[in-house]
Amino acid sequence: MSFYNICAQYDEECLKEQLASKTETDVKHTLAQEQISPEGFLTLLSPAAVPFIEDMAQKAHKLTLQHFGRTITLFTPLYLANYCTNRCVYCGFNTKNKIYRSQLSYEQVESEAKVIASTGMKNILILTGDARAKSSPEYIKACVEILNKYFPSVSIEIYAMTEQEYASLAESGVDGMTMFQETYNEKLYPVLHPSGPKHDYRFRLDAPERSCKAGMRVVNIGALLGLDEWRHDAFKTGLHAHYLQSKYPGVDIAVSLPRMRTHVGHFEQTCVVSDTEMVQNLLALRIFMPRAGITISTREKAEFRNNIMHLGVTKMSAGVSTEVGGHAKAEDDSDKSAQFDISDTRSLTEMCEAISSQGYQPVFKDWEPIFGTL
Amino acid sequence: MIDDVLEIGKVKFKSRLLIGTGKYADDSIIPAVCDSSESQIITVAMRRVDFNATTENVMDFIPKNMQLLPNTSGARTAEEAVRIARLAKAAGCGDWIKIEVISDNKYLLPDGYETIKATEILAKEGFTVLPYVNADLYIARALVDAGAAAVMPLGSPIGTNRGLKTREMTRILIEEIKLPIIVDAGIGRPSEACEAMEMGADACLVNTAIATANDPVKMAKAFSNAVKAGREAYLSGPGAKSNLAQASSPLTGFLTEGQ
Ligand code: SF4
Repeated sequence: MSFYNICAQYDEECLKEQLASKTETDVKHTLAQEQISPEGFLTLLSPAAVPFIEDMAQKAHKLTLQHFGRTITLFTPLYLANYCTNRCVYCGFNTKNKIYRSQLSYEQVESEAKVIASTGMKNILILTGDARAKSSPEYIKACVEILNKYFPSVSIEIYAMTEQEYASLAESGVDGMTMFQETYNEKLYPVLHPSGPKHDYRFRLDAPERSCKAGMRVVNIGALLGLDEWRHDAFKTGLHAHYLQSKYPGVDIAVSLPRMRTHVGHFEQTCVVSDTEMVQNLLALRIFMPRAGITISTREKAEFRNNIMHLGVTKMSAGVSTEVGGHAKAEDDSDKSAQFDISDTRSLTEMCEAISSQGYQPVFKDWEPIFGTL
Repeated sequence: MIDDVLEIGKVKFKSRLLIGTGKYADDSIIPAVCDSSESQIITVAMRRVDFNATTENVMDFIPKNMQLLPNTSGARTAEEAVRIARLAKAAGCGDWIKIEVISDNKYLLPDGYETIKATEILAKEGFTVLPYVNADLYIARALVDAGAAAVMPLGSPIGTNRGLKTREMTRILIEEIKLPIIVDAGIGRPSEACEAMEMGADACLVNTAIATANDPVKMAKAFSNAVKAGREAYLSGPGAKSNLAQASSPLTGFLTEGQ
């Protein structure tokens, strides 16, 4: 059985009804529990839980402190290429968009790595568009080998792969994978992903599980909030994370909470997620999964990111450029080919200062790559 | 009175409180915590140590006179734990190692079988091995045979601050195992550390409860006092507990009457 079967049990209509049926009493009852069931998670995501957001925050804060202490791990993305064969309607790299396309040569990867490493960054997340022919698994592997010289932790956010491909990347030194389902709504999904390999809902949905089987150490999932009714996607993301955590206890399961951002192209959002709703999502998730990593990216504004450090976040990106080769490039040379606009443009040093001023410690290194070292 | 010391490997310690370096809001508080805890042994996760750091590193804050206890947190198998231990040694962190092998990220419970394997390999290589395990007599016995220098049973799962939930099992280890028993993980309050010590544990390792307190320096002091109090109580032999009330008019008194 895959997560698909679990996910399919919750159709949109039934979720809508269930969310609407939750009462204040249900919320109080859920908050009093030590361990929350999926049902309780749904309760905390429901409109009935909104008046209890402070109680939820207190609980989420305590749980995070217990399990992670006052620390925030930092990472930065590195865009290897922006070629893409998909037509995700909400993305700047959409194959139909007329943007400057490029791919880093191995020399460029090395110089980007040097620039990033000189800032003190230790965790790197490599990204490509979905274009197998250009960014082949071999190309990615070769880049990982270069990056391993500079960073103890290298993870990937690329197109969905087979289990063998994930295993081969894990062997070459990739310790984490991120895969956003974007939306779990099976009917909406093909509308948002009209063509290209990403059109295959099921292949993408099962990708995190394939990477768990392949021996990835950290598997990070998420939905792009704002594509569909956020409560539905938030619930299914949590369920997915819970499914993976229970089935693959050796893998660290983490969740990202990206909100839609502006980008090159025209996509009218049907569901705008407010700050309060973002916070409710974060808190419900933390209470449901006290040990899961939770990532908030620079899509969010600096002030908002400062405030939510106390609420359950464990990982943040910093010093971000969403352009290919954007780290080594001078600002004037920017070709405006970024995947989306970032909101928090603080440098790594500024980010560290902000984290410290909130009473937290920025953590750079949280993994020792032990394979092949001795 | 003869000095009451904790002996691990061949090293003697006055303090019976071991502390950690994880979860602090700022590593620069570590020296003050070490000071107020009076601890002499400090554990540090190798996964967090940046050997090539050009900037500050957690190692810079550990007082030089303390016994460094690198740990293998992040290891999922014996093989990974062994590699981390060797790496720590090669990096100049000494030859003490706390084995943590955890392949369940949901509850963070230690894998006894893999821990025993790692202990055996590393003890043979001359490491002073302190394995973190469930409070289980069979595992503890196997660790003795494998060459461990102490056994570190959990009080309750890591980071839960739930206290001494393994009380009965830990008590059996204290009775049966001749190595030092160091209660590790789960201790959330000084009173719980005191309870473990009073019961006869040789030491306690406390990290989360100190690191996440509002005032870690003060909490370290509280733990130091609690561990001392518990130890003194244990040494002074507390009056036996009895479930039966000692009747002031015994029912069998007639048997001895007139003797
Ligand atoms: S979201 Fe990814 S797959 Fe879709 S168009 Fe953008 S880069 Fe391509």
